[in-house]
Formats: sequence, structure tokens, C-alpha cells
Amino acid sequence: MIEARGVHKHFGALHVLKGVDLLVAERELVFVIGPSGSGKSTLLRCLNRLEEPSAGSIVVDGIDLLDRRTDINRARQRIGMVFQSFNLYPHMTALGNVTLALRKVAGKSRAEADELGHAALARVGLADRAGHTPGQLSGGQAQRVAIARAIALEPRVMLFDEPTSALDPELVGSVLAVMRQLRESGMTMVVVSHEMGFARAAADRVVFMDDGAIVEQGPPTQIFEHPAGERTRAFIGQIQRH
Amino acid sequence: MTDWERFLDTFFNAKVIAKYWPDILYGMVVTIELAVLVVVTGLASGLVLALLRALGIRPFNWLLIFVVDVLRALPPLVIIVLIYFGLPSVDIVPSGFVSTWMALSLVLMAFAEEIFWAGITAVPRGQWEAARSTGLSFSQTLLGVVLPQALRLTIPPLTSRTIAITKGTALGSVVAVSEILGQASSAVSNSYNPSPLMLGAAAYLVLFIPVVVAGRWVETRFAWKK
Repeated sequence: MIEARGVHKHFGALHVLKGVDLLVAERELVFVIGPSGSGKSTLLRCLNRLEEPSAGSIVVDGIDLLDRRTDINRARQRIGMVFQSFNLYPHMTALGNVTLALRKVAGKSRAEADELGHAALARVGLADRAGHTPGQLSGGQAQRVAIARAIALEPRVMLFDEPTSALDPELVGSVLAVMRQLRESGMTMVVVSHEMGFARAAADRVVFMDDGAIVEQGPPTQIFEHPAGERTRAFIGQIQRH
Repeated sequence: MTDWERFLDTFFNAKVIAKYWPDILYGMVVTIELAVLVVVTGLASGLVLALLRALGIRPFNWLLIFVVDVLRALPPLVIIVLIYFGLPSVDIVPSGFVSTWMALSLVLMAFAEEIFWAGITAVPRGQWEAARSTGLSFSQTLLGVVLPQALRLTIPPLTSRTIAITKGTALGSVVAVSEILGQASSAVSNSYNPSPLMLGAAAYLVLFIPVVVAGRWVETRFAWKK
């Protein structure tokens, strides 16, 4: 589903991604962990070309994202993204947020879009909040609307950039529940997050990044219980102290 | 005659006022026409420029910024005079009305472009990212997601700038436009009495106090609400 090879990213003099290879199979849930500054968010953002890699190749669902001739807007319909700060459109209702792309990009009529929008909101358990504006939603609800907005277009892969990091602890559960449901329905997911409990329970593979490169990757039991690398062990040790 | 009676006779002379108030009324119509035209063309062109600036075409933006800075730096009266007296030398002879309209419109365009641009850049980058990540194109994002948010931010500075520019219509009197001040000045010359000026001032208050009040209403109604 995703084939990222030799991805480099420079921000001026700063070499943030140093030749990353990441392969994600269909229906896999890949969890990316690592210290801040390791480049995990940058890597994620390269996967829908929100960041342009300085070098390398990225092919998602058979589409070469870095080819100049690729219609990136069409490609992005197949790649859903959820952000740490939700980024809901404040001047629209929840339904409006979900249906905007359905109308403008997928070309649905207003009636069709509203129906699909209601269905997406129901999937995340917010059917009764369709008419609310983002300002009237709690953080957990807002993030779930953001997820609904992304899944409404029926993407083939979902990217999550620290989806629960900005939420109060008691609201995190509701969002993780939706993510678990998505996984069960067979969605391919790449998640950058610190929610290690979720990783243990739901991830197929955990990727540990440090200093712009993938240091180690494997099933959760390997990474969390028997990390092979020194740096991996140190990072896991640090986070487990909480 | 007491001092007070002399004062009234000079500045509020009933006979002169009776004779010239129709002219002032005519001047009010011209002022309104001119102001409406200036606001419509100035704001529309300012918005178009700001949207073009969002495209990020460097050489175009340098030219745009240069022109905008010049227009914001020059006194509007200078631009009016340049158009009215200068253009005829290239065979374009605009009337006083057209010269005033063009000049004030250009000045409002420049200030409005800066205000709209400030609004657009103030919209958080996350809004662009979220919209683009759902497949919306650059222009769909700009027009459907960013601009509605930007406009709410721009309402207060825009209303105050617009009100300031519309009062600049009085400058048209310098190039023989029959707006309020122009009519009042002629009447003063013809009657050797300054009462028409008081009438003109009253006319400006009648026109612009409602505009100022309306501006405040627009600001409070459309102000940025989280």
C-alpha cells in the first residue's frame, strides 16, 4: 500500500530525514514512535506530500506521489490525514466539515454528501452533533469529527499525526476507540503517537525512529519487551518510567 | 447688532441658506455616488490583488508590493491631481469625477489589499493542511476555507479604512467635482458669505454619522467569534 524508499528531507541546513525506507502492507497498522525531533511527523507528512521530500520515492496505492504529472489532489482523496490540532474549519458545522470535500472534490450533490456525511459522523459516534460548530465540541469530539472528515472520502490509507497528544486524558479513550474500530474494519493506518498502550494492543508493527532514521522495527512485543537495539532500549525505558 | 447676531448673520444666514441648499443637496447625491463607486471598486480590486498575491508568484508579488506601497504613501489629493492634470498629456482626459473616483479607488485598493492579505496570512496553516489533505485544490482551499475565516478578521480595519477614504471625496472639490464641498465653495464665492460651508458641514454629518454607526454595527456583528 505504501512504499517509501530512500526518503531524505532537508529543512535548510537541517537534515531531518536521512534515507528512510518504509513499507506498509494493506490493512496493516504501523505505529511510529521516537523522541521529538526524530523526524516521525515529517515522514508521515511526506506520505501525502504535505512535505516535499528532498530525495527518494513515495508510492501510495500505486500512485507515485513525487511525479510532477501526478494529480496530487486526486491522490490525496485516497489518503486520509488526522492532525494533532484537529484543524476543523471553525466557520462550518461538523456536517459541513465532513461534506466539504465530498462536494468539492468527489463531486457529490448536496443531498448525497449530507447522507454520506451523516453516515461518517455516525461511524465515529457523533450523529447527534452534526449541526454543532467546532467551538461547541469537546476536544475528543472535535478529533472524531476530524476522523469522520477524513474517512468520508473512503480513503485507502489513514495517517494519524499524534491524534491524541492535544487531548485531555479522559477524552483520549473515545478517539482511540474509533481508531480501533477503523483498524477492525480493515483500514491501512500509519500512526505517529505516544499512546504505547494502544500500540501494544492494536499495532501490527512498531517502528522506532531516532535522528531521522528508522533504528528498529518489529511487532509490539519485540519492540516493547525485547528491543534489539541500545537506543531502542533506552527510549522504551524512558517512556515506561511513567 | 450684537456679536451673537452678527455671528449668526455671517455663518447661518437664512437668506443664503434658503438660496443654496438645493445645490448642497445635489452635492450630497454626487458625494454618495462617488463614495459608493470608490468603495465597491476599491474593495473588489483590493481583494483580487490579495488573492493573486496568495498564488506566490514572486516577480508579480514584488511589483504588486511596490505599487501598493506607492499608493499608500502618496497623499490622495496628489494622485487626483496627477490623474486630472497629468493624463491629458497622453490624450486621456478624465473628468474631475472620474479622476477622483480612480484616485480614491486606487488608494482604497492598496490599503484593502494589505488588510485582506494580513487576514489571509493570519489563518492558521493547519487549515490549509487539513483542506489540502482531503484533496481540495489550492483555489478551493483559498476560497472555501481560508477566505471566509480571513474576512472575519479583516472587518474592523476594513470598515475604519473605508470610512476614512469615503471622506476623501471632499478632495474632489479641487478638480471641480460638484460634490458637497465643491458646491459649498462655489456658493461661498457667489454669495460672499460662508453660510454654505456650514450647510456643507451639516450635509457631511447627515451622510457620515449613519455610515460610522453602520460601520460599528458591521464590526460587532461580523467580528471574529471563536
